[in-house]
Amino acid sequence: MRDRPVIYGGLAVFLAVITLPFWRGIESGVTTKGPELARPATARQCVASTEFMKSSHMLLLMEMRDQAVRSGDPWYVGAGHGTYTISLTGTCLEQCHGSKTEFCDRCHDYAGVAPGCWSCHLDAGHSTGSLTAMRSSR
Amino acid sequence: MFLVEKALTGSKSYWRWMLILAAVIATGFVFYLRQLDYGLGITGLNRDVTWGLYIAQFTFFVGVAASAVMVVLPYYLHNFKVFAKITILGEFLAIAAVTMCMLFIFADMGQPARVLNVLLYPTLHSMMFWDMVSLAGYLLLNAVIAWATLTAERNGTAPARWVKPVILLSIPWAVSIHTVTAFLYAGLPGRPLWLTAVLAPRFLASAFASGPALLILLCLLIARVTKTQAPRESIQKIAVIVTYAMVANVFLILMEFFTALYSGVPEHREPFQYMFTGLEGHARLTPWMWTSVILAAISLVLLIVPRYRTNPRLLPIACGIVFVSLWIDKGIGLIVAGFVPSPLGVVPDYVPTLPEVLIVAGIWGVGMFILTVFYKIVIAIRPEPFAGHAGA
Amino acid sequence: MNLSRKAFLRVSCFSLLGAAMRKTAAAFGSTFSRKVQWGMAVDIRKCARRPECTACIDVCDQAHNVPRVPDKRHEVRWIWKDTPEHAFEGEDFRYSSIAKLPVMLMCNHCDDPPCVRVCPTQATWKREDGIVAMDWHRCIGCRYCMAACPYESRSFNWVDPRPYIKTANPEFPTRTKGVVEKCTFCVERISQGREPACVEACPEKALIFGNVMDANSEIRRMLSSRDHVTRKPELGTGPNVFYLL
Repeated sequence: MRDRPVIYGGLAVFLAVITLPFWRGIESGVTTKGPELARPATARQCVASTEFMKSSHMLLLMEMRDQAVRSGDPWYVGAGHGTYTISLTGTCLEQCHGSKTEFCDRCHDYAGVAPGCWSCHLDAGHSTGSLTAMRSSR
Repeated sequence: MFLVEKALTGSKSYWRWMLILAAVIATGFVFYLRQLDYGLGITGLNRDVTWGLYIAQFTFFVGVAASAVMVVLPYYLHNFKVFAKITILGEFLAIAAVTMCMLFIFADMGQPARVLNVLLYPTLHSMMFWDMVSLAGYLLLNAVIAWATLTAERNGTAPARWVKPVILLSIPWAVSIHTVTAFLYAGLPGRPLWLTAVLAPRFLASAFASGPALLILLCLLIARVTKTQAPRESIQKIAVIVTYAMVANVFLILMEFFTALYSGVPEHREPFQYMFTGLEGHARLTPWMWTSVILAAISLVLLIVPRYRTNPRLLPIACGIVFVSLWIDKGIGLIVAGFVPSPLGVVPDYVPTLPEVLIVAGIWGVGMFILTVFYKIVIAIRPEPFAGHAGA
Repeated sequence: MNLSRKAFLRVSCFSLLGAAMRKTAAAFGSTFSRKVQWGMAVDIRKCARRPECTACIDVCDQAHNVPRVPDKRHEVRWIWKDTPEHAFEGEDFRYSSIAKLPVMLMCNHCDDPPCVRVCPTQATWKREDGIVAMDWHRCIGCRYCMAACPYESRSFNWVDPRPYIKTANPEFPTRTKGVVEKCTFCVERISQGREPACVEACPEKALIFGNVMDANSEIRRMLSSRDHVTRKPELGTGPNVFYLL
């Protein structure tokens, strides 16, 4: 059993590697509670229910995107029969959810996802600021 | 089961060679990551010359891949036994070359993460869609054929009955991949150099010269590595194929010259001027193109004169010359010069950058790596790779 | 519904064939059934009254976050100024009175656009109203459209464009590196019933925008009363940007 140190050593390395996400989570103070989201800047009726938005906002965004870009129809009729101009920056952010950093990023960072939206769409709060700075903050 | 285990044992020089390739691949990959981060601006490409070394190399290696048909066809359609031991080498060369083609396309994409959009939104009127379909199909066909025939050989049995129709299918498929690749270019209204019906035939002719020339060199290399007899008869037959294909290729190029230069139509004449004399003081391709022409002329002499072609010392030189000449012609000149002058009449410049060249080298490394593994498997199964037929 | 197997096969075959034919017709199609085809007329002489003016370029670049990349090789342009020699490559305007005048160039929104024909993902396509549109979400950056366009109307983002946008317009996205872009005739304004930004900005009213399928539109009246040319008509692309001589 000369291999014993190698075997146990290898096992230890393997365990350390596969549990790495847990250690990193503990290190950065992640809890199971989830992030606090900043409330929308102005209270108003919503495009869809909170539950739906939590689970499927990305699908809704894709649907809106295809409608606006491919069908050339920028008006979206929401659940409450309100009509919205399809615009990620102008409507979703500015009218409803406020800032990207306070709203979108909190959950996305928590969930460890990095949607590509922001490599083109602008965060309204940064519209007049330096775009380079914004890029490096992502 | 996949015979890969045969590639996991080898001599010291085998491992040294693989290590060198791994280093080349790793270098290319590191620079590819830089390109991913910075964008394609890291290359010498620009708003006038939008395709360069990547796409040109892709075009050249589609030809190398298609050329496997030149050993497969005589053996399977005409029962030409001399190629019995060679076909597998041709098929493996095709696999390596198609893999390289795919990597070249990938390296050229601005948004490689979105590559699946080509399948998600299949667009029948785009030649690029058909190119992707035909290349992927050709890779699959050759992988299946090579694996089935080689496994059968190791087990000392005949290949399964279903293999034959697959092989027969691969023959027109090989022609199709290079035809469709030519169609990528030959149907564009604003690029007079490519807007010629001769492009697809020319692609096939140059492919059937450069690919088999490479195959001859590879056979000689394998014979040397395994310290066995080179398959003289097969090599001579392939050399005849190279000769005819090279003659056809040069003939077709001369046709292009005549039409473009005699007609004097500026948009047809200017790309040729750019390639061979320079245009408005821009002459970066000129030395390359003349090298290609001179090498082509030398190779024709060496190939056509039987005394030289059958000379075992001169033939490899002729093959090397054919390969380099066509590599310059198709792997650089044809694609770059297609963008000169630009549709607005501007004469742009394009010089590949170091990162670009290293990425290309990395993809070459991948191709050679794959080829080495495959040929290693063949050698492991057949210690005397070419033994067993006349001329061995 | 009660279909025999044979009938089912027949029906599905025919419907597939029909769909394929419609697709093919659309692919090769031109204006056969189009009711709207937006087009532009450029009055070269009016435009030349202000040789230094760049109002249309500035307003377009600002509205669409077009980067001003200093390296000319990586330049991005939607509407730009060029010489007649470049604009009408193949024509001979040497001795003409417009020989020295600047010409505004942009996407021609062709009847039969080669860029649309070659795009492998339909990231660029011809809309019902004739505009050759761009979907920057879908573009894979293969640049086949750039090889196909005989007018050099398309630009590629060789690098991240954001550092080269001074003040961004939050109403419009920027692009990311690795996608192709071009003039879209301001689809975002057309959907609101407004004219393209360049047309509105021109101090000489040298740009006339309208539906070239409508015989009573201003652009059609202009075209019927003035001599005009299009760029490289011999290629069969059917440009919808007309140059009034």
